[in-house]
Amino acid sequence: MSERILIIGAGQAGMQIAVSLRDAEFDGSITMIGEEPHGPYQRPPLSKAYLAGESDEESLELRSPAFYVENNIVVITGERVVDVRWDAAHGTAVTDTGREVPFDKLALTTGADVRRLGVEGEDLDGVLYLRGMADAQGLKQRWDAAKNVVVIGGGFIGLEVAAVARKNGKTTTVVHRNTRLLSRVVAPETSEFFKQAHERRGTTILLNTNFARFVGENGKVTGVELEGGEVIPADLVMVGVGVIPRSDLAEKLGLELANGSIVVDAQARTSDPRVLAAGDAVTMPHPLTQEGQIVLESVQNAVDQAKVVAKTIMGEETAYTAVPWFWSDQDTMKLQMAGLNIGYDQTVVRGNPDEEKFSVLYYKNGRVIAIDSVNEVLDYMAVRKALGAGQNMPADKVADTSVKLKELVED
Amino acid sequence: MPNVTYIQPNGQEVTIEARDGDSVMETAVRNGVKGIIAECGGACACATCHVFVEEQFMDKVGQPGDLEDDMLDGAADNRTECSRLSCQIKMNADLDGLRVRIANEQV
Repeated sequence: MSERILIIGAGQAGMQIAVSLRDAEFDGSITMIGEEPHGPYQRPPLSKAYLAGESDEESLELRSPAFYVENNIVVITGERVVDVRWDAAHGTAVTDTGREVPFDKLALTTGADVRRLGVEGEDLDGVLYLRGMADAQGLKQRWDAAKNVVVIGGGFIGLEVAAVARKNGKTTTVVHRNTRLLSRVVAPETSEFFKQAHERRGTTILLNTNFARFVGENGKVTGVELEGGEVIPADLVMVGVGVIPRSDLAEKLGLELANGSIVVDAQARTSDPRVLAAGDAVTMPHPLTQEGQIVLESVQNAVDQAKVVAKTIMGEETAYTAVPWFWSDQDTMKLQMAGLNIGYDQTVVRGNPDEEKFSVLYYKNGRVIAIDSVNEVLDYMAVRKALGAGQNMPADKVADTSVKLKELVED
Repeated sequence: MPNVTYIQPNGQEVTIEARDGDSVMETAVRNGVKGIIAECGGACACATCHVFVEEQFMDKVGQPGDLEDDMLDGAADNRTECSRLSCQIKMNADLDGLRVRIANEQV
């Protein structure tokens, strides 16, 4: 009998595993189970084009329903896997409706949940998180009527929502507890740029600011109270303070976890050889240096790691060595990032941040390891390619914008 | 609804009925047309949905914008005068019958 694959989690990574297996002419059965009522869809536009009214639910589908049928991929939506049992020969997953799905190999693509604040007033109407389609629909329903938008958290999702809010003419405030925006992921130069760029557009950025609670009337939010007692008026609050991996099932299976993430190797194998995993829920070896375990919450990681899962299932030799990349659209600013800046010891700014067209290159021991580009696609592409080829561009030459980065590439 | 035809590098063709307003990329990806990868989902951020528009449609389709133009410079397959990123071409009745050739390499 041919092999049966079960994929738990119907997101970008789960979909990609299924598609890559069929592309590789895998002839066994493929079943994918997701909790949400929809099949796999794109999440990135939820805080961007979807919120701005430039895309609808159907255009967010990663594949049409007919595609799964034609490719013999069974997609079960609206059900949650609550238990997985192993017998000698195979496993069986049980969903919350009592459905039993037998399988030979398991892939976990369970993703992540938003981190919840657990503060007073969080349940008020108008206090929203943004992770899935249902969250985005809730946000959109209240969007047109909202005049005062407060964003809690100056990370990517917070800044993306703030950018749409400001563009739509809303009074917009970002409350961030750290001393600079995007503090977890970019250098101070990039942080400072985004602060100024959002302020130029009329958004109020409050750094180093903790808030105490949400206040409301008749069950609806009316404001955000800061620690000092000041209340910022708000009829809509979007909280974006990070995510936590969904690893409860992995834990139940006895898989090795680190800080809540499922530990996988470069072949996307968990500590149990019958179980593979990919996407936001996992931690894996650094794809370029193999030094240390990292977590990457991105479409790129979901897609590239899913491809590794498919290859491992097919018995092909493979290793996860894809160059990480990421993007964030904020009004007219397109931020594109390539590589990982972990452990950088030098940055070089290329171009003029005041013109909203520049890059920050990150170096470690004299070698380029990452780039943030704002409206500088060519810089981004050049560094992404160089990183993929293990090449460098000398730090003392890259600030000169009269020379293209791709002309500075050396081994 | 407008039709769009995709031509693979090996000459194989497939014609798909697009939703009005959906991009040439979205139409391809949702229906599993191989060779259009579109890693970024249509944000004009990855240059992995590169197509060559058949010349007779270039007037109607138009030229790439500045950002797309830069992205095309970085695309894996060498660009031509008919190069576009298919995520940036929205289908409408005017483009009914559009034919695009999928680039050999996308990444």
